[in-house]
Amino acid sequence: MGGFTLTHFLYLLQATGWTVVLTLLAFVLGCLAGFLVMLARTAQVRWVRGLSGLYVDVVQGTPLLIVLFLIYFGLALFGFELPAIVAAALSLMIYCSAFLGEIWRGCVQSVPRTQTEASECLGLSRWQTLRDVVLPQAMRIATPPTVGFLVQVLKNTSLASVVGFVELTRASQVINNSLFQPFLVFGIAGLLYFALCYPLSRLSRALERKLNGGRRQPA
Amino acid sequence: MRYQFDFGALLPYWRDFLDGALTTLTMTAFAVVFGLAIGILCAIGRRSASPLLQRLCGFYVELIRNTPYIIQIFFIFFGLSSIGLRLPIFAAAVLTLVVNVGAYTAEIVRAGMDTIHPGQIEAAQALGLSQPQIYWDVILRPALERVYPALTGQFVLMMLASSITSQISAEELTAVANNVQSFSFRAFETYIVVAVLYLALAVLLKLAFYGFGQLIFPRRRRLGTPL
Amino acid sequence: MAAAVSLRDVHKRFGEVEVLKGVSFEVAPGEVVAIIGRSGSGKSTALRCVNRLETIQSGEIELCGRRVDDPALDLRALRRDVGMVFQSYNLFPHLTVAENITLAPRRVRRTPPAEARRIAEEVLTRVGLSDKIDAYPEQLSGGQQQRVAIARSLAMEPKVMLFDEVTSALDPHLTGEVLKVMETLAKGGMTMLVVTHEMAFARRVADRVIFMHTGKVWETGPGSMLADPQTPELKEFLANGL
Repeated sequence: MGGFTLTHFLYLLQATGWTVVLTLLAFVLGCLAGFLVMLARTAQVRWVRGLSGLYVDVVQGTPLLIVLFLIYFGLALFGFELPAIVAAALSLMIYCSAFLGEIWRGCVQSVPRTQTEASECLGLSRWQTLRDVVLPQAMRIATPPTVGFLVQVLKNTSLASVVGFVELTRASQVINNSLFQPFLVFGIAGLLYFALCYPLSRLSRALERKLNGGRRQPA
Repeated sequence: MRYQFDFGALLPYWRDFLDGALTTLTMTAFAVVFGLAIGILCAIGRRSASPLLQRLCGFYVELIRNTPYIIQIFFIFFGLSSIGLRLPIFAAAVLTLVVNVGAYTAEIVRAGMDTIHPGQIEAAQALGLSQPQIYWDVILRPALERVYPALTGQFVLMMLASSITSQISAEELTAVANNVQSFSFRAFETYIVVAVLYLALAVLLKLAFYGFGQLIFPRRRRLGTPL
Repeated sequence: MAAAVSLRDVHKRFGEVEVLKGVSFEVAPGEVVAIIGRSGSGKSTALRCVNRLETIQSGEIELCGRRVDDPALDLRALRRDVGMVFQSYNLFPHLTVAENITLAPRRVRRTPPAEARRIAEEVLTRVGLSDKIDAYPEQLSGGQQQRVAIARSLAMEPKVMLFDEVTSALDPHLTGEVLKVMETLAKGGMTMLVVTHEMAFARRVADRVIFMHTGKVWETGPGSMLADPQTPELKEFLANGL
């Protein structure tokens, strides 16, 4: 049993880098998939709305850890031996798509109906209406909760440790197994997570305040 | 290559799944009760006149909300045992859940309390109610009624997150699944079954919370409008 | 006879701003006194000092023989003697009308539920709303809510009632029902201190009118003084309304 050295700390920092990589990967994929879910949830065709609603409910009602196991073990059965980071990124993408899709649906639907009606009267197609009128307005509302959700994604990348991907949590487990100083090691890991998450949380809140402040027009 | 599904291989383990699901529910129940208590106390602390108490409660909430649950579990569980405090695993798992959900609850309850108009409190003061009476009758009760959907949604998420306590071998549903798949060599089927069980638990929990809400909020039951 | 309410040289500051600059007046038992004045004249603040929703920097306030400015005052005893009705009603939205009214009797005086219910029925009859006893505030009009708020105060059997612009948030066609209830109370001998913009009500119902201006009692007299203002400030106030 030795003490916690600079080498250990550098190892944790390197693993933090992998946490960030996984977060960005999952978030970008999740945003793309989430956009599709949002489109499906606001579609005019009823069964598309219903089916995507079911998808959201199922994903939101299943623990992310179970989704991860299903991807990791399940795809292996069909002959896809996935590296742990890919399995983790795919699981997080699914998780992201359901939650972001639902958040964004709320934002899109909070844009007043009259806006859609007005642009349809101007002869814009449904896609043009969405792209040029609805989305720009919805994005302003969507930014704070989306940044807030990024914090959830970042925290949840820690579950990739369970399938053996060496990100920050896995790295701290490895170090603790040799040092057995859990308060110190997991404390430092926690602080590293905090250093990443807290600024994002603050940013999300600041954006939300700004949005609400901007909407309060003097009478 | 075609994969032959064989859910039949899991039949012998139905009791284990049931026990796991019950353990998950029991853990959730404990965590809801104690987490709610901590959350309410902490929300009151953040509104208190004492800057020290405000900071302390704020620190707890921010720390928990900005670190992963799995790190909290390792910190608490392995940390406590490293100083010789060996809790039963179930108790340790519940402890980590309470610490975690308490912070989220605090934030939701505080948001609810912030919606109470100062005029409500003045009216209660003018009627001669004491500070604790005002807190209970005029602040907390309507605040809880207002945030009840958000609060119960958070509790459902917590039930799902309790799967992570399998990492310290708490014998809940996910840990059961991990065992079953290693005996049955039917990992995919096992996790599909468990996913369905979690979905069922989530629906059950939502229904239970809905029913409980109808019971304790007569205004909501009679008018059906949000407060 | 000792005054029910008396203020002597009351000073009140919010930070740098002095809103009450030596206010003195008295209300005799059974008397109805209306306070009028521009917004920002300090009239609402003066009222809120009487039941100590605001604390004062200097001066003396007495209510039913109790020193309100005494730091050791038993606040709850004070507030048993004085009821208050607010501009924004401030009914508790999660409670029924009956629960709104019985909350204070049950909590403060430990009145048994059945007895409290009887009190609620009685005070609701006095404001003409006995059929709304089990309704929720959101099911009532503004005027009805304000009458319930008056009933809620009456349930504690106060010796003095304070009214803080109680009709200002109401649609004009709803003010009448509230003013009528207040007039009935006045005729019944209740001691009332009424901050109001309703000049007709002040003239007809009040025994005395106090005109406040820039944190001071500017002019005072019987309701008829509104027909014959002495100071240019009151003259201008009456001419220009609020």
